[in-house]
Amino acid sequence: MAHDGFSARYDLDRIHGTFSRPAHKLAGQSYVGKVLVLDTAKGGVATAWMLHEMASRGVVPLALVLNSVNPILVQGAAFGDVTLLAGFDGDITARVPHGATVEIDPARRTLRVL
Amino acid sequence: MKLNDLERAMLGGELGAAVKAAIEHQVKVGEFFGAADFVPVTQAHIMADTESLGQAGVAWLESIADDQGRVRVPTITDPRGTDFAKTAVLRHPAWIVELERRAVQAFTRLGVMMTDTCINYQTIQAPARGESVAFGDTGVVIYANSVCGARSNYEGGPSAVAAGLTGRTPRYGFHLDAQRKATLRIRVDWTPQMLNEWGALGGLIGRLAGNYWAVPLVEGLAAAPGSDALKHFGAAMASFGSTALYHLAGITPEAADAGGSRSPLSHRVGETDVKALTSAYAGEEEIDVVVFSAPQLSLYELRQLAVLCDGRRFAKPLLAVTSPQVKPDADRFGLTARIEAAGGHVLSGMCFYQSYAREIAEANGWKRLATNSVKLVNILGGYGYVPLLASMERCVEAAQSGKLPAKDQ
Repeated sequence: MAHDGFSARYDLDRIHGTFSRPAHKLAGQSYVGKVLVLDTAKGGVATAWMLHEMASRGVVPLALVLNSVNPILVQGAAFGDVTLLAGFDGDITARVPHGATVEIDPARRTLRVL
Repeated sequence: MKLNDLERAMLGGELGAAVKAAIEHQVKVGEFFGAADFVPVTQAHIMADTESLGQAGVAWLESIADDQGRVRVPTITDPRGTDFAKTAVLRHPAWIVELERRAVQAFTRLGVMMTDTCINYQTIQAPARGESVAFGDTGVVIYANSVCGARSNYEGGPSAVAAGLTGRTPRYGFHLDAQRKATLRIRVDWTPQMLNEWGALGGLIGRLAGNYWAVPLVEGLAAAPGSDALKHFGAAMASFGSTALYHLAGITPEAADAGGSRSPLSHRVGETDVKALTSAYAGEEEIDVVVFSAPQLSLYELRQLAVLCDGRRFAKPLLAVTSPQVKPDADRFGLTARIEAAGGHVLSGMCFYQSYAREIAEANGWKRLATNSVKLVNILGGYGYVPLLASMERCVEAAQSGKLPAKDQ
């Protein structure tokens, strides 16, 4: 979890599965198999392809949870079949502690901290 | 979503498996955003470098080509992942070149025109006010929406391919009148001169705007910027803020109707604020390489660069990246020869950050990169570079001396 943005091209070393942008609050940490709770989608359009590519190699987040998204993240999640949850009553990055275990129900659009 | 007869036929597979897959994807995206229906588009523009696609994306393109997919509207491409004529300069390995060739072949089978440009509004055909399009490069989208008054969302590669195949896109976001109104009002007390300054102002406004759905109305510019200035301004704004539309009071076509002029002032921006943003990329440093790219250079930018290169001999590599439409003119007018006589390289049909920037860095030993592109410095940190921002003049000086000079000449 971090109150920071998300872009697959800008923020990730997709070969090693880590956040690589030095200024990102999760720099150096692995994203593989994790539920990423972040603020908003940033950057360009490449994420639409990259989530699919990352999923094909198994170097992909388990789910993306954001306060707000742009079309690219939605298109990428749809194309790459990655779980995406966005649009909450409050700031989701303030409600989920870093490192917490969470349960997501995409159909009901709910997230529960366990 | 409400579908017409043709769209129902597409969804039912009557127009083939590729079109069915395309419209299924579009319905999924449209329903997420609550789109009421589809809007026809006149053209599509696909971002699809193979660093983004990977093997999986190229295989997907090949599969829809195998399914007899063929675009219904003029569909063009963003830069490729290499310049096939300059792979030795970039030290792109054979596997990258081969993957690019496969992607080109698949796109060609789909009927896509390989324009390989992120400045299609300068080189192919700028959309008209009110024209709905499906563009897939943030710099292209923000220019089309803001400067041309056309209508597009960010269409990522799979969605732009889908729009080409179906000739439509879900009607949400910036296809809707309500979404195009200003949401924040910014007063600018300083008007940039150089392209890197326009980029820095754009980046700052993008950072203030903060997300895709914010639409800044910018007041106070002392003069109307030209196309290249707006290119750098918008590309940086989109890069920093994921912004897709802005209005410039008295300049851009929808500013008068944007509705923000009576809103409270959200921010006041001056030269000091812009300098604060650029300070993160400043330095009088040794450099490994100079890159002019992101967006691709116009003929006029190449002309300016050629003048600066005259009489010099570079100690460090200098790469100037343009579109396949501009390059032949640059060759004809002797601009390429003047830049390359100094030791630079003019590349075509790619963009630096879309061309396996990490692999290029490792193969060439490049880490400290000087550029006048604010978009490029924002991206390359994640690829392991130390990006340095300076004017075109200072960057050319750096290519000659190996070090960024302290001040603009």
